[in-house]
Amino acid sequence: MAEQNAERDTEQSVAQDGAQDIGQAAGAGAGERRPTVIADDLHIVYRVNGAKTGKGSATAALSRILKRGEGSGVRKVHAVRGVSFVAYRGEAIGLIGSNGSGKSTLLRAIAGLLPAEKGKVYTDGQPSLLGVNAALMNDLTGERNVILGGLAMGMSREQVKERYQDIVDFSGINEKGDFITLPMRTYSSGMAARLRFSIAAAKDHDVLMIDEALATGDRKFQKRSEERIRELRKEAGTVFLVSHNNKSIRDTCNRVLWLERGELRMDGPTEEVLKEYEKFTGK
Amino acid sequence: MSHITHDGGVAVSAMPSPDEGPTAAQLAAAHGLAVSGARPSLPEYVRQLWGRRHFVLAFSQAKLTAQYSQAKLGQLWQVATPLLNAGVYYFIFGVILHASRGLPQDVYIPFLVTGVFVFTFTQSSVMSGVRAISGNLGLVRALHFPRAALPISFSLQQLQQLLFSMIVMFVVAIGFGSYPSPGWLLIVPVLLLQFLFNTGLALIVARMGAKTPDLAQLMPFILRTWMYTSGVMFSINKMMEGRSEIAVRLLQVNPAAVYMDLMRYALIDGYGASNLPPHVWAIALFWAVAVFVGGFVYFWKAEERYGRG
Repeated sequence: MAEQNAERDTEQSVAQDGAQDIGQAAGAGAGERRPTVIADDLHIVYRVNGAKTGKGSATAALSRILKRGEGSGVRKVHAVRGVSFVAYRGEAIGLIGSNGSGKSTLLRAIAGLLPAEKGKVYTDGQPSLLGVNAALMNDLTGERNVILGGLAMGMSREQVKERYQDIVDFSGINEKGDFITLPMRTYSSGMAARLRFSIAAAKDHDVLMIDEALATGDRKFQKRSEERIRELRKEAGTVFLVSHNNKSIRDTCNRVLWLERGELRMDGPTEEVLKEYEKFTGK
Repeated sequence: MSHITHDGGVAVSAMPSPDEGPTAAQLAAAHGLAVSGARPSLPEYVRQLWGRRHFVLAFSQAKLTAQYSQAKLGQLWQVATPLLNAGVYYFIFGVILHASRGLPQDVYIPFLVTGVFVFTFTQSSVMSGVRAISGNLGLVRALHFPRAALPISFSLQQLQQLLFSMIVMFVVAIGFGSYPSPGWLLIVPVLLLQFLFNTGLALIVARMGAKTPDLAQLMPFILRTWMYTSGVMFSINKMMEGRSEIAVRLLQVNPAAVYMDLMRYALIDGYGASNLPPHVWAIALFWAVAVFVGGFVYFWKAEERYGRG
């Protein structure tokens, strides 16, 4: 019972916070809130081969193997240490923290892409990371990359065909001539980034995670992509946003998780956490 | 939920503590949330994989095309590369060495070319399989799909590569007096069985390579040893004449040898059934099914662990 009261409290503070259109959360406020992501004491550990000592020489590697220590030659990086939180439908959650604090790692773990060392993540449906970069191939034409990227994200052939024109139009690649039929390696970095974002944003998601995607392209394209992100937020149940830009966090999120050295330092309404964070970073 | 200690500005636990309400697991169960990144059941896994079949095909074709996209002759290299390969073998073994290893010369050259291409199919499937996960960690860490899609896609790429090589194989066979006949239709089941075998093998080494990337360094030596014992450049029957029956049979049930011999039997007129071990089709089928099913299950068992750095 205490739990329910606590929840309602947050609800109110969220509403007072005055963050933009969190439609569903406000609507569902009176009834029971549906959790979409639950992280329970989550630990993520990376294992890096061949980085045990500073020396990268063959003899150093050999002596490591001969010593047969615990996990010889493997160095462990404990990127996320015991993070717990519950995210609800309709929330837009910002993740902040200095570089290397584990924000991107946490997102990947929520998406089920990085196995947890300890603890668990429970999710409603399949959370997806906004990003298809890894599936695209620079040697292929933009056209084939749109199709390949769409299929890689799990769209059906028909969906890809249906959205193909939208994706190309949104990217604005063809505004300066027929570039979509050229290999992607011939694109400028801005053009490539625009196409990648357009492909990634073409799919609808239950739980959407965005990792610093807003800073691509020119001013015009940035505006267009921010608008698309807002659209995606409305369709998605819950949105996670990683950003170093406090303004874009303020504009889009109603709750913020602050990670530092893999630990959850603070969790609360955007303004409160950002205020502390700005004090911390000395802004 | 969000109690913030304003004075210190530090750590809060957003989790309900046990005495306050349900635990995380209970809350998850109450709202039908599932563990993220958990391994699906085998039938569910197969179903998901089937759902991604277009991706698997598109990915393999994209990889194939990307190979030669910077070359001026472009996709012509798909055929030119195996053609040049065959040319080199003809020059060395046919013109310089006059080798025949107990076979008539007009059988030996197509025998050799077929052997090389068919073995290369298995060899490159295994090589790309080892790196299927470890070489595509970016993809594995960014997108959600059954990971078996990667090794399968790579074997499919090699199958398509072999189909280009088949054109050259046909030319060589015809050039040495083996003309198209209904017997050539046997190529289809042979290819299919070998593809299944290769895919199974690729799945096995993909899992091993994901855990131990060093395998990619070791694999070329294993594969070369395998090649020299499989009778790519000599006929096992002729080489082992006078040796014990068991030794010959043991060499002949080697899956690589089985698929090569079947392909030669289908393609080359002068290479009759006497060169094949008994029950050769049963052996070919056994290897294909056993390795594919075994490899698939073996790969699936570690599904949730791929992508860990």
